[in-house]
Amino acid sequence: MEIIAKRPEALTKEPFHYCPGCMHGVAHRLIAEAIDENGLINQIAGVAPVGCAVFAYKYFNCDMAEAAHGRAPAVATGIKRARPDMHIFTYQGDGDLAAIGTAEIVHSANRGEKISVFFVNNAIYGMTGGQMAPTTLPNMKTTTSPYGRNVDDIGYPIRMCELLATLVAPYYIERVSLLSPADIIRAKKAVNKAIRYNKENRGFTFIEFISTCPTNWGYEPEQARQWAKENMLPFFKLGVYRDKGEGVE
Amino acid sequence: MVYHRKEKNKKSEVFDMPRMTVDPNYCKGCGLCIIACPRKIIRLSENINAKGYNYAECIEQEKCTACKMCYITCPDVAITIEK
Amino acid sequence: MSKILMKGNEAIAEAAIRSGCRLYFAYPITPQSELIEYMAKMMPKVKGTFIQAESEVAAINMVYGAAGSGKRVMTSSSSPGISLKMEGLSYIAGAELPCVVVNVQRGGPGLGDIQPAQGDYFQATKGGGHGDYRLIVLAPSSVQEFADMASEAFDLADKYRNPVMILADGMLGQMMEPVEFKPAKTDAELQELANQHLSWCICPNEDGAKKHHHEINSLELDPQVLEQHVLGLLKKYAEIQKNEIRYETYNISDENEVLCVAWGTASRVVKSAINEVQKQGKSVGLIRPIRVWPYPYEAIKQVIGKNVKKVYVFELNSGQMVEDVKIAVEGKVPVDFWGKVGGVVFTPAEIKEKLEECF
Repeated sequence: MEIIAKRPEALTKEPFHYCPGCMHGVAHRLIAEAIDENGLINQIAGVAPVGCAVFAYKYFNCDMAEAAHGRAPAVATGIKRARPDMHIFTYQGDGDLAAIGTAEIVHSANRGEKISVFFVNNAIYGMTGGQMAPTTLPNMKTTTSPYGRNVDDIGYPIRMCELLATLVAPYYIERVSLLSPADIIRAKKAVNKAIRYNKENRGFTFIEFISTCPTNWGYEPEQARQWAKENMLPFFKLGVYRDKGEGVE
Repeated sequence: MVYHRKEKNKKSEVFDMPRMTVDPNYCKGCGLCIIACPRKIIRLSENINAKGYNYAECIEQEKCTACKMCYITCPDVAITIEK
Repeated sequence: MSKILMKGNEAIAEAAIRSGCRLYFAYPITPQSELIEYMAKMMPKVKGTFIQAESEVAAINMVYGAAGSGKRVMTSSSSPGISLKMEGLSYIAGAELPCVVVNVQRGGPGLGDIQPAQGDYFQATKGGGHGDYRLIVLAPSSVQEFADMASEAFDLADKYRNPVMILADGMLGQMMEPVEFKPAKTDAELQELANQHLSWCICPNEDGAKKHHHEINSLELDPQVLEQHVLGLLKKYAEIQKNEIRYETYNISDENEVLCVAWGTASRVVKSAINEVQKQGKSVGLIRPIRVWPYPYEAIKQVIGKNVKKVYVFELNSGQMVEDVKIAVEGKVPVDFWGKVGGVVFTPAEIKEKLEECF
């Protein structure tokens, strides 16, 4: 008998504070597994966001920096340029990356910074209690769009993978989902590839996870996954948007 | 009480079966593993952990095939799989 | 080492590189664009990193990352761009990271103009960013002093793990004066610098049992713990206030009837005026803070001689450092202020007239 699946070394023993059924924990685990499987635990450092994952620095078992809201890609740029022999990742939510941090993510991607950005998209601001996000769907009700997101007034959700794919420099961009075990298995492959490309210093890698927010959407964990499958996946299409390693430009 | 057992190359049939173990300290009773399990052998315990969650537990360990679906979907890394 | 005629903006860049700075992130803004351009040319020559960031916000956060990695790093900007860095500076101070920020001040508020001013004194010494923190602030008054302050700033930043600001202005940035540089750091010195922060910075783990988990962070949600952290910062600032005050005295004597206090470019104009009125037998002294945080309160109080009837403060702003002078003087003697705003620089003749009115 041997253990074939357990808590990765790249995670600390600290229990996650995330809500029951929130998929942040799965994303953390996939990244940690990839770090372990690529033997990077001594050479990697991460940058935590402001958002539900603000305590990510407590959960990843490597050196971590806490960044100001949205600034993680710039902080990661500073660390990677200061210590090019290390490997750097950021972990960010939709407010951090697609609202206040839009300039930082676009420009670090455009410069082709050799970092991995992990973007958790759950179409809402979780930590601050359920406000609208740039990725909130049309007509979706949140605490700051109580009558539903009115696209005539404030526009449509932003599709970050597509946006970054207009830039020449990014090396690998993929959108994956955490909404079922089968999806998570596919997501794991993408995360592993991003970390492997990072280990080989190939360039800027970006993974967007379609995820849930059961608490602020007002659903049980399984209903939240169903809602995301029916409403988010048609708008945020899963797939590879760039993979220079496989010739996808 | 939940405990792990790690035995390599043990020939005994009684102990040599796949198993999933939930650490109650991590489990939040979200129920996603229950849905994921193809053998339907996980349920929420009647007991609660220190945070007040009814944690998940395996009720028919002998049916476990170590498919890892529960581990894959668990957001709290509460599960350990042995084969 | 011979003297070179050099523009202030370029001199500080050259001095920073000689001090071992190998990372520079900034955004162009007048009147300090020569600084970033010099860095763009010279950093690659010393195998350093130069990035023109997408904004001053991005630049200060790149500084945060590099500083958190234990390396000497610098950014520079002018007033409106420095405002953008205030969030980042608060985070850098809270996380106790070493870095150097150069502010080549221009007229404000808002977009203002591109002429020299001293309107960012409050921002630099009283906050600017949120929360209980301090910047160590150096205020040069010549290109030579500006250049010398590079190594001072990096050394202070490393010693105290705090951001250090060099508060210059458009005049100093643009003018050319002879400057003699300190010798550049040797490879051995650079190696030593690289290793000085390994106990807390982001760095690789060694193979083997003892692994570290360093956190670069200013977040602490437990108020009791945050309180202790801030008290620790205050202790550090008290230490800095004890050890790092620097000022210059000029024409101080018992005959002084007026004592001037001025900093940066303004102090040079005041010195000229003092020389002029001295020829008329009117004795005016000057105390020039070289560092405006920590501030030389005690020195000002001590130097007020028995004949001093008035303390006169001259600044290129609406009256900012004068408030610190009033704190120092404690009402012993009247404190007057005269200044110019909007990027207008006063002349020695104007100051001389003000001084003559005192007699």
